[in-house]
Amino acid sequence: MTALELAYWQSSLLRVLGVLIAVILPAGAFVYVFLFKMMSFMQSRLGPMEAGPHGSIQLLAEVGKFLQKEDIVPERADRRLFFIAPYIVLASTFLLFVVMPFGPDAYFTDLDTGIFLAMGLSSVSVIGILIAGWASANKYSLIGGLRAAGQLIAYELPMVLAIVGVVIQAGTLNLQGIVGAQHQGEIFGWGGIGNPFIITQIVGFVVFLIATQAELTQTPFDMPVAESEIVTGYITEYSGLRFLLFFIGEFATAGAFAAIAATLFLGGWAVPFVDLDEDVMNFVGPLVLFGKMMLVGFLIFWVRFTFPRFREDQLQAFAWKYLIPISLVNILATMALKVAF
Amino acid sequence: MPKVPGLFTGMRITLGELLKTLFPRRGIKTLIPAPVKHGAVTVQYPHENEAPAPRARGVIALKSENCTVCMLCSRSCPDWCIYIEGHKTKAPPRRPGGKERTVSALDRFDIDYALCMYCGICVEVCPFDALFWSPEYEYSETRLADLLHDEARLNEWMETVPDFEAYEAGSDAKVKKVPR
Repeated sequence: MTALELAYWQSSLLRVLGVLIAVILPAGAFVYVFLFKMMSFMQSRLGPMEAGPHGSIQLLAEVGKFLQKEDIVPERADRRLFFIAPYIVLASTFLLFVVMPFGPDAYFTDLDTGIFLAMGLSSVSVIGILIAGWASANKYSLIGGLRAAGQLIAYELPMVLAIVGVVIQAGTLNLQGIVGAQHQGEIFGWGGIGNPFIITQIVGFVVFLIATQAELTQTPFDMPVAESEIVTGYITEYSGLRFLLFFIGEFATAGAFAAIAATLFLGGWAVPFVDLDEDVMNFVGPLVLFGKMMLVGFLIFWVRFTFPRFREDQLQAFAWKYLIPISLVNILATMALKVAF
Repeated sequence: MPKVPGLFTGMRITLGELLKTLFPRRGIKTLIPAPVKHGAVTVQYPHENEAPAPRARGVIALKSENCTVCMLCSRSCPDWCIYIEGHKTKAPPRRPGGKERTVSALDRFDIDYALCMYCGICVEVCPFDALFWSPEYEYSETRLADLLHDEARLNEWMETVPDFEAYEAGSDAKVKKVPR
């Protein structure tokens, strides 16, 4: 790629636009394809059909609806914190895309500790959720916020441990490096399609997906927003634009985690048989990554629309008693094999 | 661990339902989706109508000739959405040479469908077969006040009342007739 000489403000503007597209587009695609259409088909109905062909611009209608709504703030709420909370949640989602590689030169930053930063940033949203729960001055919100905090912290651990296996195998924390390692890898000496880590790290992949499900508070793990017990948990008191921000945050985070899973386990933006340095990959790469994201998203939402909710203690037991030991064993096995070969 | 196969069964069912809805003809074997309406169990309402069940509670029809202004329906209505006014009048004797009869004439019979909750108590309670359920359901209005159906409008609904279905075999009860 020829080096474009851009002023600092120009490249900054491009980056802001890029992140906006990278966040909003997958979030919209996830909501339309999975939440509207896939869920409907699984329930033997068609979902939105009127707004645009097959309801494809229903999302704009929904956004318009939320923007029209009255912004209600509870009387006893801690107003400043109440206003800040959704932005903290959304900011952590936006920042997740900072380290995401979309092509050989198509990335926002190329940090040596990319995946480490991503994991750190993803846990910032817990603070926003706790703030939302506390500032709403509502007991349901508070319970929801505390549940969310307990759940997100519990499942952060197996998620990170699942990633450690990948990091050991790739030998780098850099996401670009992990993509390269998968592209250049070999399966028992055969380097035909590289070595997407889903093959060698299948245990890690499963643990990562389950933990992702919990991090996103998607259905089998949606105790923080369990509508039959605590209304909608920490978003009970939010309405209008702020509710929309939480909603976008939820699905944009789903997109972000799907992208991370695609990068770590499915080979990221790379395509087998195509050289990593090809210029064309800067344009094909994002599409490939998007396709792999949709694949992971399909898995996440398939599980979401199938299973009922866990009980709170089952949730914690599942994380601490099963997922963490499994991922620790996975790390040990990966280490042993890495040393042996 | 013994619970794991059940999890996959659940996921297989939801995926099967998805494919049946998407590819209604033969599942995924034909990748060309047939017209979508065959797949879903729901009906795309404004474009296609579902035939309601014959005894569906759509709208209440009035047979004015049978009404004796006894006010039972109006009094039993939980919402007080039936408005009846009448007056006493003289009617000619049944047999020649008889005494003039006193009958009640109906001046006003309105049902406010903005209030009605379709409980059907008025239909149940009517001793003179003047009220009937009709499965007709498309009578929404842009003005709230237009939902107050007057006597003429309620009489029009009589045409849409279906005949009572025969009871199951062996029943001694006589099937009620809808007055036409």
